[in-house]
Amino acid sequence: MTPVCWPCPLPGGGTSDEYALTCDRDRSHRLLIVPALFDEANRLRRQTAEVMRRLDGAGIDCFLPDLPGCNESLQPLEVQTPEDWQDYVSFAAMHFGATHVLGIRGGCLLTPAKLTCWHYAPVKGSSILRQMVRARILASREAGIDETQQGLMEQALEQGIELAGHRLSADFIAQFQALAPRDGDDVWEIGQDMVGGAGLWLRAEPDENREQADALAAILSIGLTS
Amino acid sequence: MTSDTDQLLRRILTDVLGLRQGQADDFTAETGLFGHLPELDSMAVAGLLTEMEDRLDIIIEDDEIDGELLESYGSLLAFAEAKRNGS
Repeated sequence: MTPVCWPCPLPGGGTSDEYALTCDRDRSHRLLIVPALFDEANRLRRQTAEVMRRLDGAGIDCFLPDLPGCNESLQPLEVQTPEDWQDYVSFAAMHFGATHVLGIRGGCLLTPAKLTCWHYAPVKGSSILRQMVRARILASREAGIDETQQGLMEQALEQGIELAGHRLSADFIAQFQALAPRDGDDVWEIGQDMVGGAGLWLRAEPDENREQADALAAILSIGLTS
Repeated sequence: MTSDTDQLLRRILTDVLGLRQGQADDFTAETGLFGHLPELDSMAVAGLLTEMEDRLDIIIEDDEIDGELLESYGSLLAFAEAKRNGS
C-alpha cells in the first residue's frame, strides 16, 4: 500500500493536499473507500487497511482518502460541513478514477450518487451525534459538570460544540443530524450479520479481526467482479 | 438459571470489551466495570449504553447514568432488568 497526496478542492477556491492510502496497479476495478467517522475512524482504521490488502490480492485497486479535518489532514475540522465532505468524496472518486465506492459506518453518509456503492453497517448522522453527546455528558459528569442532551444540542446548533475532542460547527451539526445513508438500486448494504461476529466499532479499543476482513473483502470482490 | 437479560448483557460486554468467547461467563455481581477496566472510557461507556438500548430494546435517560450504575456487573444488570420490566 502506498500513501499519496491528492489535491482536495477547498470551498473558497484553491486546493489542500490531503493524504490517501492506496493500492493502485492501474487495474480495471477501482474501489474508493469512505472511512468511518470520528472515534469509529480510529477503531476501524487498521481493519480497513486489512480489507484493502485482501482486495489488492484479489485484483482490485483501492483508495482510502482522508477527509479534510480528519486523520492526517491539516485542515481545521471546525470549518468543515458534511455537504463539503460529500463534494470532496465525489471529487476523490473522480481523481482516483473509482468505479465503485465502499462507505464504512458514518462514511455511508457521504457516498456519491453516481457510482455503485456498498454500505458496510451504515448509521444515521443523528445516531453518531447522540453517542458523542452522551460521551461528553459522561465525561463532564466525572468533572462535576451537569449537562443534558437537549441543552448541549441547543448549544451545538447555536454556536457549535466540541464532542469527544472534535470541534464541530453549528452548520455541521444542523446538516449532520439530518443525514441518513442514501438508498437506491445502486446501493448494496452489507450488514454485520453478513460479515460475522461483533462489529469492531463497538470495541472500547481499536482491534482487527482476520475472519471479518476476509468476509468483507470476499463480499466486495464477488460483487465487484461478477 | 440466568435470565435472558443477563445473557444479552454478557454478550454486549463481550463485544464492547473484545473479550474471548465465554470470558464474560466468569463475571459475578461484584465484578467491577467503570473504574476497574481501563478501556471503558466515556466514549466506550456511551457506546455500551447505546448498544444496550438497541439490543435490550430500552431507552436510557442520561440522568439515569451515574457512577454507581457502572460500578459493578451486578448494578448494571439490575438496572437493565428493571428497565426491561418497564420501571
